Amino acid sequence: MKMTGAEILVETLKREGVKHIFGYPGGVILNIFDLLYDDKDIQLILTRHEQGAVHAADGYARSTGKPGVVLVTSGPGATNTITGIATASMDSIPLVVFSGQVPTMLIGNDAFQEADIVGISRPCTKYNYLAKDVRDLSRIIREAFHIATTGRPGPVLIDLPKDVTASKADFTWPEVKIRSYNPTYEGNRWMIQQAANLIAKSKRAVIIAGGGVIISGAHKELKELAEVTNIPVTMTLMGLGGFPGTHPLSLGMPGMHGTYYANKSIQESDLLIAIGMRFDDRVTGKIDAFAPHAKIIHIDIDPTSIRKNVRVDIPIVGDVKRVLTVLNKMLREDMKEQWDEVRKAWLRQIDLWRQERPMTYTYSDDVIKPQFVVEKIFELTKGDAIISTEVGQNQMWAAQFFKFDRPRMWLTSGGLGTMGYGFPAAIGAQIAHPNKLVIDIAGDGSIQMNIQELATAVINKLPVKVAILNNRYLGMVRQWQELFFAGRYSHTHLEVVPDFVKLAEAYGAVGLRATKPSEVESVLKEAFKIKKTVFMDFVVHWKEKVFPMVPAGAPIDHMLFEEKPEKEEKKLKAVK
Amino acid sequence: MRHTISLLVENKFGVLSRIAGLFSGRGYNIESLSVGETIDPQISTMTIVTSGDDQIIEQITKQLNKLIDVIKVVDMTELDHVEREMVLIKVAPRQEDKAEVLRLTEIFRGRVVDSSKTTYTIEITGDEKKIEAIIELLKPIGIKEFVRTGKIAIAREGVKKS
Ligand SMILES: Cc1ncc(C[n+]2csc(CCOP(=O)(O)OP(=O)(O)O)c2C)c(N)n1
Repeated sequence: MKMTGAEILVETLKREGVKHIFGYPGGVILNIFDLLYDDKDIQLILTRHEQGAVHAADGYARSTGKPGVVLVTSGPGATNTITGIATASMDSIPLVVFSGQVPTMLIGNDAFQEADIVGISRPCTKYNYLAKDVRDLSRIIREAFHIATTGRPGPVLIDLPKDVTASKADFTWPEVKIRSYNPTYEGNRWMIQQAANLIAKSKRAVIIAGGGVIISGAHKELKELAEVTNIPVTMTLMGLGGFPGTHPLSLGMPGMHGTYYANKSIQESDLLIAIGMRFDDRVTGKIDAFAPHAKIIHIDIDPTSIRKNVRVDIPIVGDVKRVLTVLNKMLREDMKEQWDEVRKAWLRQIDLWRQERPMTYTYSDDVIKPQFVVEKIFELTKGDAIISTEVGQNQMWAAQFFKFDRPRMWLTSGGLGTMGYGFPAAIGAQIAHPNKLVIDIAGDGSIQMNIQELATAVINKLPVKVAILNNRYLGMVRQWQELFFAGRYSHTHLEVVPDFVKLAEAYGAVGLRATKPSEVESVLKEAFKIKKTVFMDFVVHWKEKVFPMVPAGAPIDHMLFEEKPEKEEKKLKAVK
Repeated sequence: MRHTISLLVENKFGVLSRIAGLFSGRGYNIESLSVGETIDPQISTMTIVTSGDDQIIEQITKQLNKLIDVIKVVDMTELDHVEREMVLIKVAPRQEDKAEVLRLTEIFRGRVVDSSKTTYTIEITGDEKKIEAIIELLKPIGIKEFVRTGKIAIAREGVKKS
């Protein structure tokens, strides 16, 4: 039976299991929007900006593990997706983005709303297509889903000229066969055996777990590895939730704003087991001074991640879950009883570091400390909430003070650091999990980057909660200016911050505000009760900084800490 | 160190820009690049000459391998292989140097492929050293312009590099 390109597309999406699309219409994509108008199986969520649509699809993908789907028009619609695509690309998030394009006849003519989106998106997609012939459409879409979701996942874009979606062809359902694309899933057994031998011999081993653990669904295998060998685990920003944050072997996050004890452990370790992570500079600090005594085992599905910026003794290319399954078997056959004994001294040493410099902040009775808000959110939700963040101090405090025990509950733009990510991502996650509590921990700067999505949240009756840590500054940048630019706050004071309560109300959402520490809990409790979109404006101390901090380019154990306040009544509050 | 990397790629729209984009986006250097069809018209071969330390070359080959349209990557420098390049040189010799140009062309087993009242265009094929040598010899005589194809390389059958 002959079908139009648009019909083929919609049918293919259904067969791929797509239930939700995030999008924004325009001239050349109307064929497809028209079909979705009364479709029963696929719901299109209209965002208020194409960037919002991509972040929402990204939040949907991170919280479910399924690919997020986006549909936008040509030209400005397509270019507006780029920040979202680059964000997903840096964090290996599977997306399939469809962009409209001017008719094939007009491509290259600077036609109205023409943009070379295939060219523009090439460096920030895993792959992209210009669909030139309607007969290729179902194959291209199937390949796109395959490429986006396998190997190291990532965004794939398909550009759809208007005539291709309008013209007709027979519907086909071709098998995906891409001869030049064969990700390596099974790790080399000999290498894994070498890794097992090193682990068996090590005295001061540390595991660094990254986003790959979550992507491959290896949290159980990781826990088993850590518990069997009694090796402590530090989780990168992307790896939070890959290992339980409340576990006694958890060291929290490493790196620039990591814990002292995670960084110390790395620096003093004799063996680093890096799993599904890529040694980002925010993790390693000064590369030459990173883990100077350690042998390094590196497990990653992407061969280019291995030996890109650190030397590696045992490289293992493969899917984290499969590699860990093999490794755990080899280790079990080993000398399980001895582990506890061997690690005792090391774990004791780490405990000393933990006591010396716990992850703390100074509580205040007069002004709201942003860390206190995060802590309260954790306490009240008991960790059972999907947390997204914006970028800046809010993101780091969320990472430091919320303990993630399960994967796919943490949505943050790690690699690109995209302000404006958190709110639309929370919307996407809420669409996928209508009954879960979804909270965006935001800054007053970042939230304004995609604040238009309030309309999306309200119209779709999404009970997303936004906790704005309102310091009236671009806080993280201000912090750098305070520390490294002699307090010259060049263009980081926002001066006019909208009244977020009224703003929420103007959109038909609920606005709440807390200005004193004593109000924080009641505002949160009330917000969690309301089955509507809620903006919470927490007026926090403007000068609060994120500590500990490793200045950019310094070794990771050269950390700055909060100066202890002289005043006695300000008690030091330790977080377990 | 310089490396000659040979690729088999899908002969598809946009492949060249994916490869060029990889080099420019990651700050790697392309000294020469040549592209052509293979026996299978759906597959092209590319020969890229690049340079970098071992770590950079390892990254380059891995990154190339990661590109979806790349079927195979071979670092020729690690194999026994044959390399060739062709150059077309337009020389404008004085009357008294004309014989010398023809003599040099002969020695280098080249050919004169075009001539005018004042110029000869000669074609030379060889490895890089040979190409450089003829250019050096012709320079004092008067080269108007030259065009090089960039290197192509093929592995030798049945030999491992000693
Ligand atoms: C789109 C974008 N532009 C600029 C930056 C640089 N940047 C990083 S953090 C930050 C400040 C964020 O301020 P705010 O959202 O108020 O959060 P805070 O740090 O105060 O918690 C800026 C401007 C960025 N990460 N993303």
